[in-house]
Amino acid sequence: MLVQRQVRLAWLLVLPTLLVVVFVAGYPLAQVFYWSFYKADIALVDPPEFVGFENYLFLLRDPDFREALWNTVKFTVFSVSIETVLGLAIALIIHSNFRGRGLVRTAILIPWAIPTVVSAKMWQWMLNDVYGVINVIGVKLGILSQKVAFLARPELMLPAIIAVDVWKTTPFMALLLLAGLQLIPEELYEAASIDGATRWQQFWTITLPLLTPALVVALIFRTLDALRVFDVIYVMTGVNPATRTLAVYNRQNLIDFQDLGYGSAISVAILIITFVFVILYMRSIGREALR
Amino acid sequence: MKRTLFWLNRGLFYLLVVFVVVYSVFPFYWAVISSFKPSSGLFTPDPSFLPIPFTLEQYRNVFVGTAFGRNLLNSLLVAGGATLLSLVLGVLAAYALGRLRFPPKNAVLYIVLSMTMFPQIAVLGGFFVLLRQVGLFNTHAGLILSYMLFTLPFTVWVLVGYFRGLPRELEEAAYVDGATPVQTLLRVMLPLTGPGLVTTGLLAFIAAWNEFLFALTFTVSDVVRTVPPAIAFFGGATPYEIPWGSIMAASVVVTVPLVVLVLVFQQRIVAGLTAGAVKG
Repeated sequence: MLVQRQVRLAWLLVLPTLLVVVFVAGYPLAQVFYWSFYKADIALVDPPEFVGFENYLFLLRDPDFREALWNTVKFTVFSVSIETVLGLAIALIIHSNFRGRGLVRTAILIPWAIPTVVSAKMWQWMLNDVYGVINVIGVKLGILSQKVAFLARPELMLPAIIAVDVWKTTPFMALLLLAGLQLIPEELYEAASIDGATRWQQFWTITLPLLTPALVVALIFRTLDALRVFDVIYVMTGVNPATRTLAVYNRQNLIDFQDLGYGSAISVAILIITFVFVILYMRSIGREALR
Repeated sequence: MKRTLFWLNRGLFYLLVVFVVVYSVFPFYWAVISSFKPSSGLFTPDPSFLPIPFTLEQYRNVFVGTAFGRNLLNSLLVAGGATLLSLVLGVLAAYALGRLRFPPKNAVLYIVLSMTMFPQIAVLGGFFVLLRQVGLFNTHAGLILSYMLFTLPFTVWVLVGYFRGLPRELEEAAYVDGATPVQTLLRVMLPLTGPGLVTTGLLAFIAAWNEFLFALTFTVSDVVRTVPPAIAFFGGATPYEIPWGSIMAASVVVTVPLVVLVLVFQQRIVAGLTAGAVKG
């Protein structure tokens, strides 16, 4: 009796959230799938025309889509791997006991707290080809032989953007890994020290294996984030083909070209690509959380 | 010998620490410095590393004769609205999912979890059509609604964790005293999740405050437009002139409240962040 009442109350409490979820996620998602089979403009001025798989067939042949996919892969692989290595290094630094560790943790929170659009603008200014502080310092110290137009040379644009993303996102990675490090029991290191293991050996035999679960979750989490990157790219280099990622190309088709049909097909492609990682992510953290 | 090696080690370590701090802080420091310089101090081959000469002119340019004040208000309204709505709905759902007998619990949790990972871009077209259909395109309400896509699942997910962490005995004691589940939620459980609510709300607010893609796409006028797209499009007197000083001033204005919040709530934010991602 009491159980039944509890179930009914639970439904009542969950219902508003479920309704919102259906409205803001379910319905738009259904629209995207639906329109991906149509030729239609986003304002729906002209009557839409059913075209079957035409949008998808076009997508498979579209060199711009392929280039956007390649840019996305490059961005994801480089930013995530650099962030992981740097994040781990910073996490290890903060984890080792020293005076001023609180200060370091506070300092690394600053890039995290800054909106992506703002960090993109800040770096755009620092990377300015004439007055940017990076060029000024680089030339003064002799690291650069002359000033470099980082955001105008196609081969330097993506690396520059990756550097900005690394600056902004490494702290998050470091905090996730720090949480993982703090779960490793101190006794293991004490025992290893007694057995004569060096710090280096301890890192490879204790820290890394025990950190792996946290590392895997952080990696998948960041990969998902990187695959859908939009803000930093759009603000720094707009829709330039040299840096255009899937999300940027998708929005360009939907909004700039008003092409609801093809834009929706790209959205579905992005969904399929991220879906694989979502499954991986849910399997790695879901199981524990859903006990 | 051993002593020298020890100090060398320490020295190198602290050098590394200093490097990490400078690397993290310098770009923001540079933005702040730049925002206090007149244009003559910015567009020079030899810029000063201190705000010399000092001026507030850039801040005046940001606010006088522009829509930036309006943009700030919009951001506050939209981020605040989305956060508040998510917290209210989220607390109810999270209590049911974390505490009550609810047969499809795991299915709902899976939906919520997958939504926290959902690429916003994938619903952009559908949401655009939806907002036009219901007449909410280029409105605050429409933008708030679109933000629920990421603030609500995040809130539910993190709060479920908080509710689960509370001891069972509290609830049982309340039941024994004859409280209904609703009373138990409002009188016993909710006050205990206070800190969790603050952290979750703060993180949701920051996410909404920083959001760019939807704000860019679902608003067309400064009446509704929030700060991130406004900053992205901050123009000068002519299309050829980029007013870096004013852009930096605007950037500082939107960032300082966030940085202050983050520094004040540091411990909690770190805990909340890792709860949202690692522990789930």
